[in-house]
Amino acid sequence: MSMVKITNLTKKFGKFTALDRVNLEVNSGEIFGFIGPNGAGKSTTIRVLLGILKATDGSVKIFEKDAWDDAVEIHKRVAYVPGDVNLWPNLTGGEVIDLFVKLRGTNNKSRREELINRFDLDPTKKCRTYSKGNRQKVALIAAFSSDADLYILDEPTSGLDPLMEQVFQECVMDIKKQGKSVLLSSHILSEVEKLCDKVAIIREGSIIETGTLNELRHLTRTQILVETKQKITSLEKVKGVHEVEGTDQGLLFQVDTNELDNVMKHISSFGILKLESAPPTLETLFMRHYEGKATSVDSGVGGAN
Amino acid sequence: MAKNLMAKTGHLSRFILRLDRIRIPLWLFGLSFFTIIVPIAFRDLYGSQQERDAMAETMANPAMTAMVGPGDLTNYTVGAMTTHQMLLMTAAIVGLMSILLVTRHTRADEEDGRIEMVRSLPAGRLSYLNASLIVISGTSIALALIIGFGLYALGIESMDLGGSLLYGAALGGTGLVFAGVTAVFAQLSENARGTIGMSIAVLLIAYLFRAITDVSNETLSWLSPLGWVTKTEAYTSNNWGPILLMVLVTFVLFIAANYLNAVRDLERGFLPSKPGRSYASRYLQSPLGLASRLQRTGIIAWAIGLFVLGASYGSIFGDLESFFDGNDMYEQMLVQVEGFSIVDQFIPMLIIVMSLASTIPALMAINKLRGEEKKGRLEQLLGRSVSRTQLMGAYLMIAVFNGLVMLSLSAIGLWSSGNTVMEEGLSFGMVYGATMAYFPAMLVMIGISVVLIGFLPRMTNFNWIYVLYSFLVLYLGGLFQFDDWVGKLSPFGHIANAPIETVTFMPLFVLTILAVGLMIIGFIGFNKRDIEG
Ligand SMILES: Nc1ncnc2c1ncn2[C@@H]1O[C@H](COP(=O)(O)OP(=O)(O)O)[C@@H](O)[C@H]1O
Ligand SMILES: [Mg+2]
Repeated sequence: MSMVKITNLTKKFGKFTALDRVNLEVNSGEIFGFIGPNGAGKSTTIRVLLGILKATDGSVKIFEKDAWDDAVEIHKRVAYVPGDVNLWPNLTGGEVIDLFVKLRGTNNKSRREELINRFDLDPTKKCRTYSKGNRQKVALIAAFSSDADLYILDEPTSGLDPLMEQVFQECVMDIKKQGKSVLLSSHILSEVEKLCDKVAIIREGSIIETGTLNELRHLTRTQILVETKQKITSLEKVKGVHEVEGTDQGLLFQVDTNELDNVMKHISSFGILKLESAPPTLETLFMRHYEGKATSVDSGVGGAN
Repeated sequence: MAKNLMAKTGHLSRFILRLDRIRIPLWLFGLSFFTIIVPIAFRDLYGSQQERDAMAETMANPAMTAMVGPGDLTNYTVGAMTTHQMLLMTAAIVGLMSILLVTRHTRADEEDGRIEMVRSLPAGRLSYLNASLIVISGTSIALALIIGFGLYALGIESMDLGGSLLYGAALGGTGLVFAGVTAVFAQLSENARGTIGMSIAVLLIAYLFRAITDVSNETLSWLSPLGWVTKTEAYTSNNWGPILLMVLVTFVLFIAANYLNAVRDLERGFLPSKPGRSYASRYLQSPLGLASRLQRTGIIAWAIGLFVLGASYGSIFGDLESFFDGNDMYEQMLVQVEGFSIVDQFIPMLIIVMSLASTIPALMAINKLRGEEKKGRLEQLLGRSVSRTQLMGAYLMIAVFNGLVMLSLSAIGLWSSGNTVMEEGLSFGMVYGATMAYFPAMLVMIGISVVLIGFLPRMTNFNWIYVLYSFLVLYLGGLFQFDDWVGKLSPFGHIANAPIETVTFMPLFVLTILAVGLMIIGFIGFNKRDIEG
C-alpha cells in the first residue's frame, strides 16, 4: 500500500517555482531517503505533505487521503520532526514533549522515559537554554514516543553529535521493525545509505533520480587511486574516466562502474605499484548531480618518481 | 470540514493560557488596580460638588477635550469625572495590551517557526489563530467584569452598577477591537515587528483622529474606535450602542483574519517584501551601520508619528484661542501668569507628553541591543573584531541621536501647525527650546537602560515601568495633587515648565552629568559580563 503518493506536485512562491512536477511514492514499511542540496526543495515538499503549504498544482496523498483537505485526520497517524526545531522559550523540554504527544492523541509514557534516557536529554530545562541539538532531541523524542504509521523527518540529525546520531539510527531501525514507514530528508549520505531502502534525489525543485540504492549504484562511479612504474598517458581519453587529478600518492580519478574492466586493462599496462579503490558511494552520485556537469581536470601527470 | 479547520482549538487555548499564566494576570491586575484607585482618590480629593465643578471648569476647553475626550461637565459627579479623565487613556493602554498579547501568539510564534510544529499535529489549520483570539477575548471579558464589578463595589454614590459595567465593557470592548486589528495585521505583515508597528499606528491614528474631531466635529469621531469609548458616556447617559458596535467590528475583523489566514501559506504575508540587496552597502559594514539599518523602518515610522502628534496638538491652538477670547471668567480662573497667553499655559503639558513619547523610540533603540543579544546575534559580531564598547557605543549613539530627532520633530510639528492656526503666530524658538529642555531627562532614561543592559540584562524592560511612572506622575500629578517629591523621582520632574517657568542651567547640567555617569557605569558592566541568549 502506498503511504505517500505525490503526483506532479508544483509549488510556486509568487513567481518563483520551488517545486516543479515532483513525483514521489513511499510504500508501507519503507524507509525512503530524500536527498538534495540546500534550497533544493526538500523542506517545501515535506511542508506540502503536511498540509502546511498548499500545493499550486498536482495531487498529494498520504494514506490515500488528500494532504490539504484531510490534514487533521492524517496527522493523527503522522509524526514530524522539522529541520529547524523552534520551541516556546518559557516551557521545559518535558512540557513540550507532553504537549506534542497529547495533541497527537497517542500516549506512551514508558517509551517517553526510555527515549529521554537514550537521547540523554534533561527535560526539566527551559527550551530557551537548549542548543539546536537539544531542541532536535525534544522533537525526536516527541515523534518516536507517539504511535504513528508514518514518520516524516526533515534533516533530523543536523545538530546531533555522532553518539546521538547512532541513537537516532537505532530508533529508526526499531520503527522499521514494527513495519512503519519513514520519509527521511537528509544531506548526510552515510546515514541515508545505512537506513534507507529507496532514495530520491531532488535538485532545484525537480526529482533527478529515484530508485533503490542498488539501482542507483549503477549510475555511480568508483574512485581509483593508482601509482604506476611508468607515467600513465592519455587516461582522459579512455571511455568512462572522469576527474583525473595528480596527487602526491599517485593519480586519482573516477570511473563509471560499468567501464571498470576496460580502464583496468589500460592502466595495468603501465605497471601497477599501488592500487586503491573506494566503493561507489551515494556521495559520488550526489556530487555528480551537485556539480551539474562533470568538470574534467586537465592534468596528465602521474607515475612514480 | 469546518470542524477540522478548528480541531483542537480548545486544547491550544488552554496551552496559550498556560504560556501567559503570568503575563495576562499581570495586565489584568495592573489595569484594574489603576482604574479602581482613581475614583477613591477623586472622592477624597474632590469630595464636594463645588470642588468638582471647579475642576470641570478647568477642563472645559478644547485643549483638554483633545487630550482626554469629551465628558459630562455639567453634572461632574465622581463617576462622570472618572470617565472623563481616565477612560480614554486607560482604553488606549488596553489597546496596547491587546496588540502585544495577540502578536505574541500569532505572527511572533509563526515567524519564530513554532506554528509549523503545531500544524503538523492533528490540529486544524485555523486552530492556533482562534485559540489566541479566544484567549484575548476571554482576557477582555475578564477585564470588563473585574473593572465593572470592582468599580461598583467601591460603593460610591454616583457609580451605579449599570454605569460601572458599561465602564468595564468600554475597556474590554477596546481590547477586543484592537485584538481584531492586530489579528488582521498579523496576516498581512510577514513579521512581528511589522504587526506591532502597524497596529500601534492604527491606535495612534485612532487617538489623534478622535482628538481633532472631538474638538471640531463630534459626529466624525464615530469613525475612530477610541471615539466610541467616550461615546458610551458611562455614569451619565450610559449608552450601550458603542459597545454593540465594538463587538460587531471585532466579529468582522476576526472573520477577516480567519479568511486571510486560510488563503495564505504559512510564514508568508500579503504586504510585499521586496528582495534585498545581495551585497552589503559600504555603510552597513560597521556595527553602527548594522545597528541603524536594523532599526531604519522603525525610526522612520516613529519620526512620522511624533511629528503628527505634535502637529495634532498644535492644530487645536486656534480653537483654544477663540474659545478663551473675551471670556473673562475663564481667564481669571486659570490663574493667568503675567505676560503669558492661554496657549502658553497649555504648552508645558503637551510638551511633557511629547517628550515622554519621544523617549519611547530612544529607549527602544538602546534596548534593541539586549533584544539582539537574546536572539543570539551578538555573538556573531563579538566573535569578529568588534569590541563590546564599540557595539554598545553604536547602539547608544543611535539612541541618543534618535531621541534628539524625535524630540525635534515633535516640537517642529507642534510649532508648524500651531503657528498656522494662531492669529499672532507662535515663536519657534520658544517651542523648540521648551521641548529641548527635556533632552537631558531623556538622556538619563537612556543611561538607566545602559546600566540595566550592562549589569542586569534580564531587567532591561523594567525601564518601561519607570517611563510609565514618569508619565503618570507628571501628566496626572496635578489632578491627583501629588506631593512635589513624587514628581521629582522622575528625571522629567526636574525640568522647568517653559515657557511659564524659566529654564535654568543647573538642573539640565546635573541631569546630563548623571546621564553620562550612568552610561559609563553601564559600559563597564557590559564589558565584564557574560553574553547570554
Ligand atoms: N516561504 C517561501 N517564500 C519564498 N521562497 C521560499 C519559501 N520557502 C522556501 N522557498 C524557496 O524554495 C526553495 C526550496 O527551499 P527548501 O524546500 O527549504 O529547500 P531544502 O529544504 O531542500 O534546503 C529555496 O530556493 C527557498 O528559497
Ligand atoms: Mg530544508
